[in-house]
Amino acid sequence: MHLVYPAVLAALLFCVGVYGVLARRNSVLVLMSVELMLNAVNLNLVAFDVWLRDTLHAGQALTLFTITIAAAEIGLGLAIVLMVFRTHGTADIDRLRMLRDGEDPGEVEPDPAADSPTAESTASTAKTAKTADVPQGKASVR
Amino acid sequence: MTGTLSSQGHSFLTPGGVEIVFVLVGLAVLGAALLTVTTKQLVHAALWLVVALGGLAIEYLLLTAEFIAWVQVLIYLGSVVVLVLFGLMLTKAPIGASPDADSGNRWVALGVAVAAATTLVTLVVDAFRSTWIDLVPGSGSTKADGTMLFRYWVLPFEALSVLLLAALVGAVVISRRHREER
Repeated sequence: MHLVYPAVLAALLFCVGVYGVLARRNSVLVLMSVELMLNAVNLNLVAFDVWLRDTLHAGQALTLFTITIAAAEIGLGLAIVLMVFRTHGTADIDRLRMLRDGEDPGEVEPDPAADSPTAESTASTAKTAKTADVPQGKASVR
Repeated sequence: MTGTLSSQGHSFLTPGGVEIVFVLVGLAVLGAALLTVTTKQLVHAALWLVVALGGLAIEYLLLTAEFIAWVQVLIYLGSVVVLVLFGLMLTKAPIGASPDADSGNRWVALGVAVAAATTLVTLVVDAFRSTWIDLVPGSGSTKADGTMLFRYWVLPFEALSVLLLAALVGAVVISRRHREER
């Protein structure tokens, strides 16, 4: 088999993933595009392992490791997305601009789906997390 | 292309059956991936992702990496897509078409992606123009992969298992509700 076929397929798949990461608005769809990019890397690794055929089989071993890391990444990413959805009421990346560098830092984008008092109280809770941590830990000990 | 055929010499114009199947499945994978990143219906995007990842498993089989192919089916089709579907449902994704699935910078993204694709494909085709793979059946079998993994890669394998455990425990800790929110 010509090596160009899997290499070109991997390159195109990676660029499709790049487009998805840059253009999608929902964060779960962004995670899906990241999965596409990781799979493009996996295809490259497998193709080059079959081509070079070294004794360590480094390509296939790294493919297995990448698949494992992708599983860990999607688990953690979805947990973070779910927490953001619970506190802000949205999973759209465009609306999550609390940490942006601008003229009005700390502003939470008003969202009709989310009740803003919850978001603001969560933000203030996050600001005073260090002080709030200690009594909470004591309370849990009791 | 089998080993006996590849030993007789390579040619561009008479591709073997494996190459034809590889290209056809690759076109299906690319189409499914494009639909994944462009469809307006969020659940359909996850289902097209299933098609793309399953097609990639077939590509691994054609590249004689059998164990990787079945790991791909188990991990990606079995768990990652299910996790993504759970994520879509738990974030209350609309069932029908959502017109704001793409953000405002999609044309910039399209430009970046097309530029990257042009550069990468030109580079790859130029670099590997005269490189052929001799596919030997059995080089990626479960026995070969197990020998490789547990003879040379034991320490990274164990470290990775600890990493996966830490990531999943972290996911549980992150998604747990705090006390004052209850």
